[in-house]
Amino acid sequence: MAGIIGWGAYIPKYRITAEEIALVNNDNANAIKAGLGLTEKSVPGKDEDTITISHAATKNAILRAGIKTKEIGSIYIGSESHPYAVKPSSSIVGDAIDLGNDYMAVDTEFACKAGSATIQFNMGFVDSKMINYGLSIGADTSQAEPGNALEYSAAAGGAAFVIGKNEEAIATIDYTCSFTSDTPDFWRRAMQPYPSHAGRFTGEPAYFKHVVGATKMILEKTKMEMKDFKYVVFHMPNGKFPERVAKIFGVTKEQLEPGLIVKKIGNTYSGSALLGLTCVLDIAKPGDKILMTSYGSGSGSDSFILTCTEKIVGAQKKALTTQDYVDRKEYLTYSKYRKHMETIH
Amino acid sequence: MFRESPIIRWRNYSDRYKLSGHKCTKCGANYFEKKGMCVCGNLIFSEMFFSGNGKIVSFTKIHSGPSVFEEQSPYCVAIIDLEEGARITAQIVDCKYDELKIGLGVEAVFRKLYKSGEKGIIHYGTKFRLKL
Amino acid sequence: MKIGVIGIGITRFGEIWDRGLRELLLDSQLRALNDAKIVPQQIDAMFTGNMLGDSLSGQVHIGAMATENLNLDKPSIRVEGACASGALALRQGIKAIESGDAEIVMVNGVEKMTDVDTGQVTTALMGAGDEELEGFHGLTFPGLYSLLANAYMHKYPSLTRDILAEVAVKNHFHGARNSYCQFKNEITKETVINSTMVADPLTLFDCSPITDGSATIIIAKEEIAKKMNSEVFITGSGLATDTLSLARRNTLTAIPAGQKAANQAYAQSNITSKDISFAEVHDCFTIAEIMAVEALGFAKEGEAFNLYKNKETYFDSKHPINTSGGLKACGHPVGATGIKQAIEATMQLRGEAKNRQVLNATVGVTHNVGGSGATACVHVFKRLR
Repeated sequence: MAGIIGWGAYIPKYRITAEEIALVNNDNANAIKAGLGLTEKSVPGKDEDTITISHAATKNAILRAGIKTKEIGSIYIGSESHPYAVKPSSSIVGDAIDLGNDYMAVDTEFACKAGSATIQFNMGFVDSKMINYGLSIGADTSQAEPGNALEYSAAAGGAAFVIGKNEEAIATIDYTCSFTSDTPDFWRRAMQPYPSHAGRFTGEPAYFKHVVGATKMILEKTKMEMKDFKYVVFHMPNGKFPERVAKIFGVTKEQLEPGLIVKKIGNTYSGSALLGLTCVLDIAKPGDKILMTSYGSGSGSDSFILTCTEKIVGAQKKALTTQDYVDRKEYLTYSKYRKHMETIH
Repeated sequence: MFRESPIIRWRNYSDRYKLSGHKCTKCGANYFEKKGMCVCGNLIFSEMFFSGNGKIVSFTKIHSGPSVFEEQSPYCVAIIDLEEGARITAQIVDCKYDELKIGLGVEAVFRKLYKSGEKGIIHYGTKFRLKL
Repeated sequence: MKIGVIGIGITRFGEIWDRGLRELLLDSQLRALNDAKIVPQQIDAMFTGNMLGDSLSGQVHIGAMATENLNLDKPSIRVEGACASGALALRQGIKAIESGDAEIVMVNGVEKMTDVDTGQVTTALMGAGDEELEGFHGLTFPGLYSLLANAYMHKYPSLTRDILAEVAVKNHFHGARNSYCQFKNEITKETVINSTMVADPLTLFDCSPITDGSATIIIAKEEIAKKMNSEVFITGSGLATDTLSLARRNTLTAIPAGQKAANQAYAQSNITSKDISFAEVHDCFTIAEIMAVEALGFAKEGEAFNLYKNKETYFDSKHPINTSGGLKACGHPVGATGIKQAIEATMQLRGEAKNRQVLNATVGVTHNVGGSGATACVHVFKRLR
């Protein structure tokens, strides 16, 4: 099967704290922080969007893969904040990283799992020998209506992966499967600037049902147990939800914490579970097994089982790590934050 | 008017997106964006790529931008000596103005330049940041 | 070369809400005809400097507009060289006379800038830079000159923020003594330093304003001008160019085209900078005046600060610069500026400059720059009676 040849993360420099948002919304900051399990979130620069974030993450992924860009046969970008409704993000990033013209490209959307699904696409193309390498990217500059609870978590960032043959992989992808159903928990209609959600319905019948469902499915199909994994990553809409899933499966703090990036930067939507994975790849050792389950509203979860190879050691230092981007930060006031989000000019 | 045109920038995407440059086949001088005739008089250029590493030659912070840049104001702009020997004018991002100094090292990033109004094309290109 | 100045006419410079391009132009044309005491039919050709007619008024074809204004059907051409359009038009007029094609030429400079918002004017003016290499990246004209200022002040730290402000202070001092000037108020250096930042380090008071205005000069072949008792003659016209973008220049601490144009004009006039009684220079920004006085040879590169520190550029001191108030105080209707400079030079040489009159003025120089120095045109004016 196919594996990951290179990975790359990107998180914008800017942050806003829960306190700063709570001040404007007349909320109790401590209650919010305790309830959501996060203290601050990343905010894009005024000139950053899903395309530029994808580009920056992809540059890092290609550095780690150590391949020529012209050898890449596909680029897929999953996001719910593509800058254009019609006109692909993927062709812009493809041109900017010099893929030439001989490549397949398309943008995907499936709420927060639009990025992880593109890993499955590229696995199929690599395994069928249609391409040698494919780019899978998940990135977002998530929208949140002023005053809405989402404001505390909707963040910006993305991750990119070069998918290729197992023999060259830094981590082999041993198995993947998806758990899908029609569940109206969170959506954004065409031409609407902000998403809507069904409140507490986004929990039990939506996030938990699918994340637990896909995780159970992959464990059953591979006959593996949680204790087989060094690291476990679940989609992170906030700091609390993945911890509750971890409890259900008996995932330890040591397995979950390294990928729990939501606590530092918020929910990067299509980038969320994937940035959890880059955190883990940045520090993993050969032989380490990783379980990742993403979640996209509407609803579906993609589960992956990976095993790190000897090649991961050399690749880790070839580009900036996820932690490098987490540590690089400048705090914004609420008004500056709104300017960055183009709500005010 | 012209800045709203999707086409005017398209023909330079290679330069703008990838920092591709033009090397004089006679004297070896590198140019960012094609120059009709090299300073040595030669008319033939080959493609080359700039690494995106360079140094600040001069800089400023623009507080009052032209129409399409108004919403981004203020922003920093610099003249940069690229290590391959060409000069480029571009924005410096993710920095505070008082961090900038003549001679500091910078590296290229891919960013949004401006939007052609609410309906038009979004123009992307190269900006720089202080070396991470 | 000896080309006589037989008539001058200028509108008030400023925000002239009730007049468009055509009316402004007609006003200065009629004033110049009146000053020359000739009738329109005596004019053989017209040249009109204008930069922004198309982008700010939707009007090109200003050559024909200029002759139509006076019911003429003579040759007439619009000349464009960004902010140097005025001086380029004057140079074309001189060349038309020198070639024998014309004996009496009317040269106009006109600009209407206040009909649209500042962002649009900023965009239109940036057309004088390199749109692909500079405009695309969000540069503005104040931005370009700030890049020059920071490079210059880094290399020559003797030019301090305080001394740079003295350029604007002196130009407002002169402007307060000029009736056609846009800003007739004196200012202090604190006003300059504490005003709104436009592009670091240049503040609003380091920048020339957005201005409407028109200026006309009528020039004639030497023999005709002598018959008409002209006192003022143009004896040199220099023109040089450089790269559109700053990034492709050989230097960021000087404007070499200005120096080259000056050297040509001085050689034609058999003068050196020591012979010059006063100069009207292109101070679109305070730093531009510093570079201009160095280009004209009043100071070596990096040493112009001395002239400002010692207040030597006032009308009654050693090197009078911009007695009109310069672009800063008098206003900068871009296409008209080059002609305004020629008019100020003529008034000084005729002894008509009243309370800003330079004593014993015999040689005056005008220095008009397009863009960030991609075009520079220098003329030498002499009193010859």
